[in-house]
Amino acid sequence: MAKGLTRVPVREQDPKVRATNFDEVCLGYNKEEAMEEASRCLNCKNAKCITGCPVNINIPAFISQVKEGNIEEAYKIISESSALPAVCGRVCPQESQCEGKCIRGIKGDPVSIGKLERFVADWAKENNIKPAAPAEKNGHKVAVIGSGPAGLTCAGDLARLGYEVTIFEALHKAGGVLSYGIPEFRLPKDKVVAEEIENVKSLGVKIETNVIIGKSVTIDELLQEEGFEAVFIGSGAGLPMFMGIPGEQANGVFSANEYLTRNNLMKAYRDDYDTPIARGKKVAVVGGGNVAMDAARTALRLGAEVHIIYRRSEAELPARVEEVHHAKEEGVIFDLLTNPVEILTNENDWVTGIRCIRMELGEPDASGRRRPVEIPGSEFEIEVDTVIMSLGTSPNPLISSTTYGLDVNRRKCIIADEEFGKTSKEGVYAGGDAVTGAATVILAMGAGKAGAKGIDAYIKGKQE
Amino acid sequence: MYKILKAEKLAANIFLMEVEAPRVAKHCLPGQFVIVKMDEEGERIPLTICDYSREKGTITIVFQPIGESTMRMAELKEGDAFMDFVGPLGQPSEFCKEDLEELKKKNIVFVAGGVGTAPVYPQVKWLHEHGIEADVIIGARNKDLIILEDEFKAVCNLYITTDDGSYIRKGMGTDVLRDLVENQGKTYDVCVAIGPMIMMKFFCLLTKELGIHTIGSMNPIMVDGTGMCGACRVTVGGEVKFACVDGPEFDGHLINFDEAMKRQQMYKTEEGRAVLRLKEGGTHHGGCGHCGGDK
Repeated sequence: MAKGLTRVPVREQDPKVRATNFDEVCLGYNKEEAMEEASRCLNCKNAKCITGCPVNINIPAFISQVKEGNIEEAYKIISESSALPAVCGRVCPQESQCEGKCIRGIKGDPVSIGKLERFVADWAKENNIKPAAPAEKNGHKVAVIGSGPAGLTCAGDLARLGYEVTIFEALHKAGGVLSYGIPEFRLPKDKVVAEEIENVKSLGVKIETNVIIGKSVTIDELLQEEGFEAVFIGSGAGLPMFMGIPGEQANGVFSANEYLTRNNLMKAYRDDYDTPIARGKKVAVVGGGNVAMDAARTALRLGAEVHIIYRRSEAELPARVEEVHHAKEEGVIFDLLTNPVEILTNENDWVTGIRCIRMELGEPDASGRRRPVEIPGSEFEIEVDTVIMSLGTSPNPLISSTTYGLDVNRRKCIIADEEFGKTSKEGVYAGGDAVTGAATVILAMGAGKAGAKGIDAYIKGKQE
Repeated sequence: MYKILKAEKLAANIFLMEVEAPRVAKHCLPGQFVIVKMDEEGERIPLTICDYSREKGTITIVFQPIGESTMRMAELKEGDAFMDFVGPLGQPSEFCKEDLEELKKKNIVFVAGGVGTAPVYPQVKWLHEHGIEADVIIGARNKDLIILEDEFKAVCNLYITTDDGSYIRKGMGTDVLRDLVENQGKTYDVCVAIGPMIMMKFFCLLTKELGIHTIGSMNPIMVDGTGMCGACRVTVGGEVKFACVDGPEFDGHLINFDEAMKRQQMYKTEEGRAVLRLKEGGTHHGGCGHCGGDK
């Protein structure tokens, strides 16, 4: 194949080895590899990749700096738009965003934009390059609720504009889904997440953990008693869904949230931490999204044989292609066109198996995907001792139910406009999964940016 | 960090600590709980609030060491600190929201068992401060396991019973309640039962028979305490509820206690293993008959 059509391959841990450890799967580019890959960029005048990025990073500009070996310059360009490049380079669905729009992709591989972003961010960390210092403080206080991708981005942008920002986090550790949800082998906690949070803090952002808005303090109190002029809600979509099938209350049935929180946030996989986790010998993960892949690959690393049970076919799997590919390489078994109907238990209510039914695809439904239909009489059983339900999440009503005048829709999502994150309550802005329902890290970051813009305009408008 | 202002051993295996946590103390009400985590490696432990002081900004917790983290917590002294302390979590008790004049017309009885005695205290104290004297029945295995007796005496009519008869009277708490209603002419509109699941189950059976509306307080396995993990799901009246956000108090006559008791066993083995690891280091390989390490 002609040079330029294929991307520079990225080094990964061997599947057999990595299936038994929690170290990062992808090892990333070194400088030579990054410079070579960067040279594939056509530096389009009308760069479509930028429009594909929810935070509009000037992609051709940073890549041309990488091509020249000016990594520090490249980092500065990315930092203008993104507070979390080391995270995004790892977990963004680039194939459907920036890379999906790359002209190179029409004939051959698109430029590996994600891997280049990751290289630049990691290089900056190794060389102790920090984001540019913030503007002079303007004396206005803003509260941000939630320290996940939306909250960190909003806080970072506001701090750069001179605001005094405090983030309130309900859990004991900052990061939101980056800390409790996405596993170590995909997003290292100390090396990447903690570092990016430190970078946001270096802009002057304060983070107060162990504060549950709506319980420890309300939004109205923040505005009326604690001197905050505006609030951004980036509290995420935390409530797990279950199927409502018989046996779901049995011992050994977990939400993916619980399983991943025990493992990632509480570090149950490590012997020196107290929190237990059911390791399981044979595990069924129900669902086909990125979270299901994370849960499956976690159970695998804890020593189990793992089955993904998904009611549609491989083409409809909502997970990123890369995640599905990695899961398969590591030995996760995919039971597709299969849907659970009952969880089987023993006399002490422990899981012994899962009864499923085979499905076929019918006509497209509202989502545009072909609707799975049960094949009568095709029930069968899989012997498992653990079932992990990964069916999606919905927003937590803790904040909306305790904040006077904050409107939500019928799915309990906070109603906020897309451009500025403005809600029905004055001075209160929102974005991320709390508004959209479960989505991606980068979309939440885009919403965090919109909220920062909205809050800046609101506070400046008040002064005039 | 959340400083420990007082650390006291109440009974053989029951510990009390008063902890500085101003945000929690400002907002908490009877019936709510906190989650504590002693250090980086510790588990998140849900504990009901035993007392609080808005002036001092403190919360009093009472706990019984059962797992590795709570065993290590018992070693903490006055002047030490918890790394994490979050709350108030869950819904306040039903009566906090009721009209006070209506509430004053009601006869309320509390039944407490074991370490469940602690969360009953702030409820009874709150009622006392609002001019309502409740009856409280405390049941324990023996005299040494009775806690907070003087504190209770100051705020309610107290009935104590011990399984072995080592203090005041011999018998179960249910015997006392039956005696009060059937032989001493007491009538109750509400019963609040807090203690081990099995105790609450039997009280609920009795109060159903006696026709007394009953509240039970659930203390299931939890991780985050904000509705995120779903570990604390309990079935109440055929519906799945999360104890951390919908509870912890529910209509006792609707709680599926049998299911809840089975769910509580979930980490028994793992918990047991962790304890044994702590006690015996790397030398324990089963054979104790409990941890399953030899199977």
